[in-house]
Amino acid sequence: MNKMRESIVMKVHYGTALGAVALVAVHILFRLTQGFSESLQYESVIANYEFLPYALVLELILVLISVHGFNGLRVILLELKQGRGYEKAVTYGCIAAMVAVIAYGSRTIIMTSLGMA
Amino acid sequence: MEKQENKEGIKGWLNPGRYGIERFAYWLMRLTGIGLLVYFIAHIYETSAILDGKAAWDKMLELTQTTEGHIILAIVIGMCVFHTANGIRLMLGHGGIGVGKPGRPDYPYAPRSINMKNKMCIYVSIGLAALAMLYGLGVMFGE
Amino acid sequence: MSATTKQISEEDSQTIALPPKSITLRISRSNPQAGTPKSFMEFKVPYEKWTTVLDAILEVKKYLDHSIGVRYSCRQASCGSCGMIINGKPRLACFTKIIELNSSVITVEPMNNFPVIRDLVVSFDRMFATHKKLKPYIIRDDSEITSKTKEFLQTPEEVEKYIQFSSCIKCGLCNSVCPTMATDSSFIGPQALTQAYRYIADSRDKGKNERLKIIDEPHGIWRCHFAGSCSMVCPKGVDPAMGIQLLRGYLLGFRR
Repeated sequence: MNKMRESIVMKVHYGTALGAVALVAVHILFRLTQGFSESLQYESVIANYEFLPYALVLELILVLISVHGFNGLRVILLELKQGRGYEKAVTYGCIAAMVAVIAYGSRTIIMTSLGMA
Repeated sequence: MEKQENKEGIKGWLNPGRYGIERFAYWLMRLTGIGLLVYFIAHIYETSAILDGKAAWDKMLELTQTTEGHIILAIVIGMCVFHTANGIRLMLGHGGIGVGKPGRPDYPYAPRSINMKNKMCIYVSIGLAALAMLYGLGVMFGE
Repeated sequence: MSATTKQISEEDSQTIALPPKSITLRISRSNPQAGTPKSFMEFKVPYEKWTTVLDAILEVKKYLDHSIGVRYSCRQASCGSCGMIINGKPRLACFTKIIELNSSVITVEPMNNFPVIRDLVVSFDRMFATHKKLKPYIIRDDSEITSKTKEFLQTPEEVEKYIQFSSCIKCGLCNSVCPTMATDSSFIGPQALTQAYRYIADSRDKGKNERLKIIDEPHGIWRCHFAGSCSMVCPKGVDPAMGIQLLRGYLLGFRR
């Protein structure tokens, strides 16, 4: 597997950050414009998921923040300790955790938006 | 010749007061990043309760829509706003914006990159985070 | 004053008039080669308003304990030899006056993030090796001997772009204070990164791509997070933080 250059990884890190800021703002506005407590009721949440553009926003947020967050964690862990074995374990571990979180969250979004909840 | 590594270790990340607000912002950026990641994973898990029906969702709400839950969420709001605002300052800095222009150094050799612009951005980030927390608390406890 | 605090006798003191003021100088002692753990020894040292920390250490070395290991040379902040932790902050001992520390107790320790040789002396091997790795010289195919114009001419504006970064005296204070270097021994460090920028920004240099390739790695320029502490402690106004952020612009595509 070819190692991705660190500058590409960091460009992705910055790009995901900027994308996530905009989309999380949309996600929070959805909660505030409906009234905070009302927006958290079961029927309201289901209606949000079944509205396809919003479901896409949630999916994008999931991917962007997972990538940004786990890359940040990878950076912190790489700075704490060094060594070939450790660095490989941290990199692949963070990628695995990121994929797991995206998979688990996508399952929720897809199943709920398809009415399978 | 055997030599100790003499690394300062993790306490080198701390001592926030000793080297100015920029070092404090570095420390806070790490802390908020880890905090937000933990919250994000917990949030993905808690919202998956929607798949188990209304009863499970309401049970999840009973756990999170409490005083403690609201306070935790307010802290998360604060962390998110600081991390975002300071992150934007850092991204601009990484692009060379706000770090000053090179020139001939002269006594007392004050660094141009450690300037009022950056300090103000950090204070504004902290201020915005505090305001956002207050607003969030107002919304959550106001209902 | 503790039982182990030593004091220079009035007859042995170098100053002609008896000084009214003195401070307690706590010096870190350790000998890793002999397995001696780190400990502090206290000395009472007289001082005047012009006395530097290095003067105080040398007073102790001369009259109280000849075995103190300390590296120094120019005594005028131009060689970069006497970097150490003084009251918790990396500083040049010859450039730090006792009075500016505003403390009756001065603690001196070897610089962090450098292997200790003995007492206040640290090894610069890794810092110099990393500096060499970044090719700290003008890279180009021709030379001033063969060029038609003889010297490679530069305008004052071109010189201004890099001259501040050429003031680096390799004292290592920036590496000592860097929060990344506190835990990451593979990090290139602010000193070498700034010197990489010094040469890349030099209009005479053609080795930009070679240097950018070296710093674009997991423990390269991307492990700098603009904490700015390096610039806070630099005694020559090099401002490594500025150099590193400007250097990043090349990798992010803001500069060509």
